[in-house]
Amino acid sequence: MIRIARAIPEAKRNPWDRIRRGARTLRRFVRARKNIPLFLSPALVLMLFLVVYPILQTLYLSFLTPAGEFAGLSNYSEILARKDIIDVDGFPRLPPLGALVHNVIWIAIHLPLSMFSGLALAIILRDVKGSSLVKSIVFLGMVTPLIVGGVILRFIFTKGVGVVTAFFSAIGVEQLGRTWTGLPDTALFALIFGSVWLWTGFSMIVYSAGLATIPKEYYEAAKIDGAGPFKTFRRITFPLLKPLNIVVITMTVLYDLKIFDIVFVATFGGPRKASTVLAFEMWLQAFQFSRFNSAAVIATLLTLLTLVVTIPMIRYTVNR
Amino acid sequence: MKLNKTTVLIHIIALVVASLWLLPFLGVFMASIRPFSEILDGWWVFESLEDVWRLSPNNFLEAWNHDSWPLSRGVLNSFIVAIPSTIIPLLVGALAGYGFARFSFKIRSYLFLTIVLLMALPQQSVVVPLFQTMATLGLIDNYLSLVLVHSAWGLPWIIMFMRNFFTTLPIEVEEAAKVDGASDFEIFYKIVLPMALPALASVVVLQFMWVWNDFFLAKIFIYEDSMLLATQRVPLIGRGEYQVDWSLLSAASIIVMIVPIIIFVLLQKYYVKGMIGWTVKG
Repeated sequence: MIRIARAIPEAKRNPWDRIRRGARTLRRFVRARKNIPLFLSPALVLMLFLVVYPILQTLYLSFLTPAGEFAGLSNYSEILARKDIIDVDGFPRLPPLGALVHNVIWIAIHLPLSMFSGLALAIILRDVKGSSLVKSIVFLGMVTPLIVGGVILRFIFTKGVGVVTAFFSAIGVEQLGRTWTGLPDTALFALIFGSVWLWTGFSMIVYSAGLATIPKEYYEAAKIDGAGPFKTFRRITFPLLKPLNIVVITMTVLYDLKIFDIVFVATFGGPRKASTVLAFEMWLQAFQFSRFNSAAVIATLLTLLTLVVTIPMIRYTVNR
Repeated sequence: MKLNKTTVLIHIIALVVASLWLLPFLGVFMASIRPFSEILDGWWVFESLEDVWRLSPNNFLEAWNHDSWPLSRGVLNSFIVAIPSTIIPLLVGALAGYGFARFSFKIRSYLFLTIVLLMALPQQSVVVPLFQTMATLGLIDNYLSLVLVHSAWGLPWIIMFMRNFFTTLPIEVEEAAKVDGASDFEIFYKIVLPMALPALASVVVLQFMWVWNDFFLAKIFIYEDSMLLATQRVPLIGRGEYQVDWSLLSAASIIVMIVPIIIFVLLQKYYVKGMIGWTVKG
């Protein structure tokens, strides 16, 4: 889920630049090496058998009938016609709208909210005493197992015991004072807002690291020129943080597409499929109903979506 | 620091943010140390002073020694899986990362790009065939399957991360050793690995946490009650007959999350470095 982010240096420089710069000495050194297989083969074998080959098998399965006959695209048309995947009759309305639509809604709400709050927190906390403690607290959501994160967010949205529902009851909004995860109208939104709480730490940490690389002199110069805080943000902070946006956007969308644990533990996709998502539907098909071909179709769709999301980031890192 | 309006305002905002983010964790903690019957109207409600005297670790003990799903066993199982699932990809990935950083061969850039692409994939894309293969091999309900899959699944980012680190090391030391007649492998584990200890620490922290926090892969490969990992036991403990026992579930949640949180608190530097990488200083 967050694996690409762990290698963010790519966002700051071309991966091959350093090697090219090392030029001649490196090349002479490198040519003298004969042990490439010794270094690479254990990793390549593991990945080939346990990652690459299964992906191709999944793709293959998605075109077969349960009996093993070639089915063309009929599995795909069958899945995409299902109400629990796409159900947009009379669209602007509340869930259930189907897993694929729920994933899209998730991205539409979660991405801007967590990105903006992460950026805002990074900027606000930059000059605060004890900010590392505050950052660690915000970051706890990233460290917590998602299965526990799901338990906690269900807890805070439960009538009586939870703080969110108690808050809405106290200000007189009775509709939002009921158990969010128990009602189709609110279940999906409880999960989405909960995931904002869990994930904001990520964008905050990335933007904080970016802020730390901006020289203090820029801000001093802006101050001398009489620029206010908003102008400083627009002209200095934001342009310099821009390269990090692609990292935050990619990682957040990937997180939203892969959502599973939270849904499993907090709502089990319900009530009446009102909070189901693709990853969860895939698991249901395969491991509850033993419909492996349908599951392979959903898995393939999910894989295609993640690749579409990732390609801009990879092109960006390679072209720079 | 001068005390002007903006500074005060910013500090107040910081305080509010911290409390807001901490509130759900505080709620779970309070629920875990109070009897469930007393938190039905909210964990913040204390009817009388006597309630305070009834704070107790009973829920923790009950979750730890749970009748059906004892967390003591779950935590042990999670360690049994997470330790090899961290060490294997660490060694294998460091080797490969070094290979990509220092050797040049024809298809290197394509191979490396493929590996980068693998990092983005959802686990859903592999589990059906893997489940079928492991079932054929009789490896369902066997930690070997889980450890192997976690190892392979962690490799792409470890290779990428270690490669990025190795390219920042000065090559002269390795050249000197080469001239002195050391073999590639000797250079790797006598010279390069000791220099890479901080990077290896980041890998250990992140990979261990990743495996510990995993629920999906465990759910696919492990079914036997006594073998369930810690994360798998949380939803089972939460499954109440009439009503969820939030106090018990909160205590169970805290037991499972405390391990990654302790690691994060103690090794935060390595965690964040792993997260951000080595060239964005932060």
